[in-house]
Amino acid sequence: MKKIVAMFMILILTVGMLTGCGGGDDKGAVYYLNFKPEADGEWQELARKYTELTGVEVKVITAASGNYAETLTAEMGKSAAPTLFQCSRQSELDVWEDYCYDLSNTAFARELTSNDFNLYGKNGELFCVGYCYEAFGIITNKELLEEAGYEVEDIQNFADLKRIAEDITKRSKELGFAAFTSSGLDASSEWRFSGHLANMPLFYEFRDNGVTQQPEAITGAYLDNYKQIWDLYIQNATCKPSELATKTGDEAEAEFGREEAVFYQNGSWEYSRLVEIYDMDPEDLTMIPIYCGVPGEENAGLCYGTENRFAVNKKASQEDIDATLDFLYWLVTSDEGTTMLAEEFGPIPFENAKETENVFFADTNNMLHDGKYLVGWVFSHTPNVAAWRAAVTSALLQYSTGNGSWEDVETAFVDGWAIQYRAQ
Amino acid sequence: MMRNKRKISFVIFALPTFVAFCIGFLYPFIQGLYLSFCHFVLPGDAQWVGLKNYVSALQDPNFLYAFGFTTLFAVVSVLTINLLAFGVAYALTRGIKGEGIFRTVFFMPNLIGGIVLGYIWALIFDGVLSYFNTYLLAKTAYGFWGLLILMCWQQIGYMMIIYIAGLQSVPEGMLEAARIDGAGKWQTLLRVTLPNMMPSITICVFLTMTNSFKLFDQNLALTGGMPSAFTEGGIINTTEMLALNIYKTFYVGALSRGVAQAKAVLFFVLVAVLALLQLRYTGKKEVQQ
Repeated sequence: MKKIVAMFMILILTVGMLTGCGGGDDKGAVYYLNFKPEADGEWQELARKYTELTGVEVKVITAASGNYAETLTAEMGKSAAPTLFQCSRQSELDVWEDYCYDLSNTAFARELTSNDFNLYGKNGELFCVGYCYEAFGIITNKELLEEAGYEVEDIQNFADLKRIAEDITKRSKELGFAAFTSSGLDASSEWRFSGHLANMPLFYEFRDNGVTQQPEAITGAYLDNYKQIWDLYIQNATCKPSELATKTGDEAEAEFGREEAVFYQNGSWEYSRLVEIYDMDPEDLTMIPIYCGVPGEENAGLCYGTENRFAVNKKASQEDIDATLDFLYWLVTSDEGTTMLAEEFGPIPFENAKETENVFFADTNNMLHDGKYLVGWVFSHTPNVAAWRAAVTSALLQYSTGNGSWEDVETAFVDGWAIQYRAQ
Repeated sequence: MMRNKRKISFVIFALPTFVAFCIGFLYPFIQGLYLSFCHFVLPGDAQWVGLKNYVSALQDPNFLYAFGFTTLFAVVSVLTINLLAFGVAYALTRGIKGEGIFRTVFFMPNLIGGIVLGYIWALIFDGVLSYFNTYLLAKTAYGFWGLLILMCWQQIGYMMIIYIAGLQSVPEGMLEAARIDGAGKWQTLLRVTLPNMMPSITICVFLTMTNSFKLFDQNLALTGGMPSAFTEGGIINTTEMLALNIYKTFYVGALSRGVAQAKAVLFFVLVAVLALLQLRYTGKKEVQQ
C-alpha cells in the first residue's frame, strides 16, 4: 500500500513538471502582449476572428495597467515569449533593441503612409512602427461655453483663455459649472500634467534650440508659461488647490461628463468614454490647443503623436515571426482589422485606414488644413520617465497646496532632468 | 533491511520538497548571484561585467538613504510593535469578558494584503490631514509615521497570538511560588514571566525585524517613496525603503537591471546577517523550563 502511495506521489510530481512544456506546430503562432487594458476585449475578438479565418493561433495577453515593463520582462524570459509587443518610446527601445526585428521591407511596413511615428535603430533599422496617432489638448464643452456667453473661436491664445476662465469662475455660482475640471495629482491623473502639460515648455524649448534627440540637460526657458497655465487650471477649477493630492483621473472625467466644467485637459482617447459612458453629444465636444502664453501660439495646433508602437520579437522562431508579420499585414489591410483600429485608436497611418467618428480628429484635420503647426510629443525624450515625473508631481503638489514654492518645481523640472539623464 | 526501507522512504518523502526548494529557491538564488555581476535585459543574455554593478549600487545616494531610512524604521517598528503586542497579549490573558472576540478582532488586519492596506490607509491619512490643510505626501515625517501606524495595525495582532501562547506556557507552579515568596506584580512579570517567554520574544523580534527590512507592498501603496528631495547633484525619495528602491532601480533603463540585482544581493546579506545575529543574541537568553 505504501509503495502504491509513494509511486503515486512521484507520478503526480513528474506529471506536474512536464505539463508546462507544450508542443508547437509548423504554422507558427502569434502572441501579442497588449498594453491597453481598455482595448483588451477588441483585441481578443479580433484574434478569434483571425484564427477562424486562417487557423493560425493568436494569443492576446493584456498587462495590468501601469505594469507593462514588468509583464514584458517576465514574459520575454519564457520559452513561449510574445512575438509582438509594445515599444512605446526611445528609452524602451534602448532596453529591448536586441529583441526587435527589423521591419523594413515587410509587407506590413510597406502599407505605412507616414514614417513620422516610427522608431529606428542606429543603422536605420525599422524597429518600432507607430500604428496610430493621438492628440491631446483642452477638451471643451461647446454648449457650456455658449451658456457662459462665449464661442470656441473666442479663444485664440492664453490671454483669451484666462479672461474667459476667470469670468466663468466669477459667475460659477449663477452658471452652475466651473471653468476647469479638477487637476488631480493622484497617480491616476498626474501624468496629464507631469507628462502632457509639461510637453508644452519642453516643446517650445526644443523648438528654439533645434533639439531632436534626448538632451542631457534642459534650461526650463518656458517654465513661466507652464506656471501660468497650471495656476489658471487650479485657481479656476471644480475643487480647491488643497484637495489636489487625492483627486483622481476618474473624478476629473466624471466632472466633465456631468457638465460640471467647461474645460478638461486630456486626449482623443477620451472620446468613446465621454460619448458612451457619459452620454455626451459629440456635437458639443471639441478640443482646443493648450495655450500657455508663448508668442505666436495663435497658430498652434493640438499635441499630436503616439506611444502606440509595435515591435516584433527577433528571437522568436522564424515561423512565429512570419505568422506575426502576416497577422500585422492583415490587421492593417482587412476590413475587420482597420475597423477595429479606427474605432479603438482613431486614425492610423496606413493605406487602408478607415474613417473615424472621433470628433477630436476632425478638429486636428481642420487645424492642419488651416495651416496651424503641430505640437509634437517631445515628452517622449524624458529620461527615466517615471522618476522624473514623480519628482515633478511631488513638487507641483507642494507648490499648489502652499507647502512649497515654484522654485521647487523648477528644480524638479530642470535639475531633475539632468539627474535622471545620468541615472538611466 | 529495516534501515534500508527507512532510507528509501526518507528519500521519497523529502524529494518533492527538495525539488521544489531547488526550483523555487536554490536555482534562482544562484542565478541571481551570477546576474549581479552582469549587464542584462533578460537572464538569458547576461554579459559579465565584474564588480561594476556593486560600485554603482554603493554610489547611489538613494540606496544609501533608503538603507538609513529602513534601519530607522526597523528599530522604531520592532520596539512599538513588540511592546504593544505584548501589552495587548497580557491584557487579553487576564480573563476579561469577550477575550476571544478581542483576540479575533486584533488578529484580523493581518489577513488583509499589504497593497490594499496601503491604499486604504492612504485614504484615511489624507482624509484626516485634509482638515489641517495638508496631505500624506507633503512631509517625510507623515510618510514615516503613517507607515509605522499601518505596520503596527497590521502586525500587532499576529505577534499578540504568539505572545498569548507564550504567556500561557509559563508554568503555573512557578507563578504560584513567586506569589507565595511575596513577589509583586512587576517582579513576577520581569523575573518569572519574561524569562519564560524568551522563545516567543525571539520569534516575534525576528519576525518584526525581517518584516520591517523587507517591507515592500505597504511602502509602494502608501507613499511610493515620495516626497522627493533634491540634494547636491542628486535626488532622494525620502520615504523609499530598500526593497522599493531595488524594485524601482530595476526598471530605470537598459543598464540598471544588473545594478538592481547587485543591490538585491547586498540586501539579502544584510537581512541574513541581522537575523542571525538577533537569533543568537535573544536565543542566549532563553531559559530551560
